[in-house]
Amino acid sequence: MIHDTVWLISATLMGLLAVAFIFVHARSHERVNDYAPLQKRAYRLRTVLFWVLVFTLGPAMLYTLTDLPYGSAKAGASGGGVQVIEAVGHQWRWELDRTEVKAGEPVEFRVTSADVNHGFGIYDANLRLIAQTQAMPGYTNRLRHTFPAEGTYRVLCMEYCGLVHHNMIVEIKVVKP
Amino acid sequence: MATSSYTPMLDRGARGEVLAAIAVAVVTLLLMMVFGLLMRMEQAQVIALGPTWFYQLMTLHGAGMVGVAGLAGAAVMWHFLSQYVTLSMRIFVANLVLFLIGVVMVLVSVLGGQFQGGWTFLFPLPTHAMGIWRNGAAALFMGGLLVLGVGFVLLHLDVARALIVRYGSFARAMGWPQLFGHDDGNAPPPTVVAATMVTIVNLLGLVSGATILVMMIVNAYLPGFAIDALLAKNMIYFFGHVFINATIYMAVIAVYEVLPRYTQRPWKANKVFLAAWTASTAFVLFIYPHHLLMDFVMPKWMLIMGQVVGYLTTFPVLIVTAYGGLMIVYRSGIRWDVASTLLYVALFGWAAGAIPAFIDGTITVNYVMHNTLWVPGHFHTYLLLGMVTMVFGFMYYITRSGPAGGDCALDRLAAGIFVLSALAFTLSFLYSGKASIARRYAEHLPEWVPYNRVSAVFAAIVVAAVAVFVVRFLARLPIATRDITRPTLPRGVQA
Repeated sequence: MIHDTVWLISATLMGLLAVAFIFVHARSHERVNDYAPLQKRAYRLRTVLFWVLVFTLGPAMLYTLTDLPYGSAKAGASGGGVQVIEAVGHQWRWELDRTEVKAGEPVEFRVTSADVNHGFGIYDANLRLIAQTQAMPGYTNRLRHTFPAEGTYRVLCMEYCGLVHHNMIVEIKVVKP
Repeated sequence: MATSSYTPMLDRGARGEVLAAIAVAVVTLLLMMVFGLLMRMEQAQVIALGPTWFYQLMTLHGAGMVGVAGLAGAAVMWHFLSQYVTLSMRIFVANLVLFLIGVVMVLVSVLGGQFQGGWTFLFPLPTHAMGIWRNGAAALFMGGLLVLGVGFVLLHLDVARALIVRYGSFARAMGWPQLFGHDDGNAPPPTVVAATMVTIVNLLGLVSGATILVMMIVNAYLPGFAIDALLAKNMIYFFGHVFINATIYMAVIAVYEVLPRYTQRPWKANKVFLAAWTASTAFVLFIYPHHLLMDFVMPKWMLIMGQVVGYLTTFPVLIVTAYGGLMIVYRSGIRWDVASTLLYVALFGWAAGAIPAFIDGTITVNYVMHNTLWVPGHFHTYLLLGMVTMVFGFMYYITRSGPAGGDCALDRLAAGIFVLSALAFTLSFLYSGKASIARRYAEHLPEWVPYNRVSAVFAAIVVAAVAVFVVRFLARLPIATRDITRPTLPRGVQA
């Protein structure tokens, strides 16, 4: 899952940074008075680090831009039609025109709000957030998602909307095609 | 290459007004931290405040922390910048007075009027209260933020005036002649460059914030004055992002000024440094759409720009400032006391927090992590372990009783405990984000409660350590006004 990958990458990079700070701290007690040669070496290393970052973050950034959730790109391969769910956020409930869809076939959620900003977050049975978009008054965000497996999914509100924000939950049943 | 020279001479103590601002900021900070702890305890089901109190505390915690960060950052900047340019103390005091008025307005609106619309006052929630609070409370809250903002606008206008009087233009104060032409070694010092950048971006951010606040106050009483929710969101996040980031850029001046004094090495405003700050000025202004990545109706190019600029932003933070800190500390013979340790850790906190932040700014990641606890995870890393730690380092620096310091065992213990518990606290937030736990929930699903319990324990330890910092600072305030002998900071020296 992307969540685990993100955690692993972040923890690793933060850990590497911590090691650098601990290493420098450990080597800080003795003084080298002639700073110029040290500085020269440090600048060379900085140039190397700069290009390492360019050649790691650059491709990563470009690669992730090839898989954007906007428009129909996220729906995946589909032979059949798109299942449409009209979703309206209210303080504090979700109004869906249907709550049952088929697995393996793309679903388009047309998400808007009747009052304030809400966040339309879809959680799987393991309570993992698998997709989301904002629900805004005056606008309709189209979120396309293909549920890979049948089961019961939950929609939680992901944008603070007032007193009962935390209890704005609705279930979606995903059934066999 | 020339070497740097240092002449021990009297270093100015802090002005009483600056100390008053820092004192107000850190006492408020401690109170807001207690509110934050209460929120985590509520989510951990250790206490039972109920949603009304939770969301009121959440609103106060957010607004209070942002305000406090602004005030403390401004005080740090003012203290050091006043060594290079002539600033108006009256304006500084006016900002402090307006801050206090704004805080009272916010407190009354939340505690008296039960306003709980969140510090981000996302339109139209403040005026869509479902009977929980009145329009008057919302207007008072937004008016309070407006008063706070006016104070900071005045302060930055004065800084702008002083910079232009001394350097002739923002371009010269940013070191553009040295950046784009021959580097004659006479670029403005890092403090001036940072203050110029902050002034430029914060004035733009504050004007955006003030404009939408006025629009929303008018809308509260004249609903016919319609506001587009997406426009409001853009203006709010532009303001919010710029303002909170500017607090770090103001506080980091303490690192630029203090670490060189400890290491006896210059923090040079060379071409790379100047390029980084000029780039950061642009990045801070154009990155804000990364807060709107889940607003699919936004122009796609803006959202892609948000991701791209997010990645670019890591370069100045990691390659220039964090690396620069490591460079001057390495084999410097630095004497580690609480001030230098906290400032060094703060550099780590800022850089470390930038990592989960730019990753969250990746659109495909944001799709499954936006508004989970990953978000407070990364901003607590670079604010609590970064910006606020810079302020704590500054507090210990200005209350040193002489070159030998004056830290006691309690200070060192508190500093050690703070660093470890703040790191654990922020990691617990990030780990909760990995588990998809939603943020800003008064009540969590049963599966999420164990995460909150762990986090609450670390939060309590952080609060205890910070209480020591605050009490020790207040107890040693008189020392902070004394001029003491310290090595001077080399300026404009080619090394």
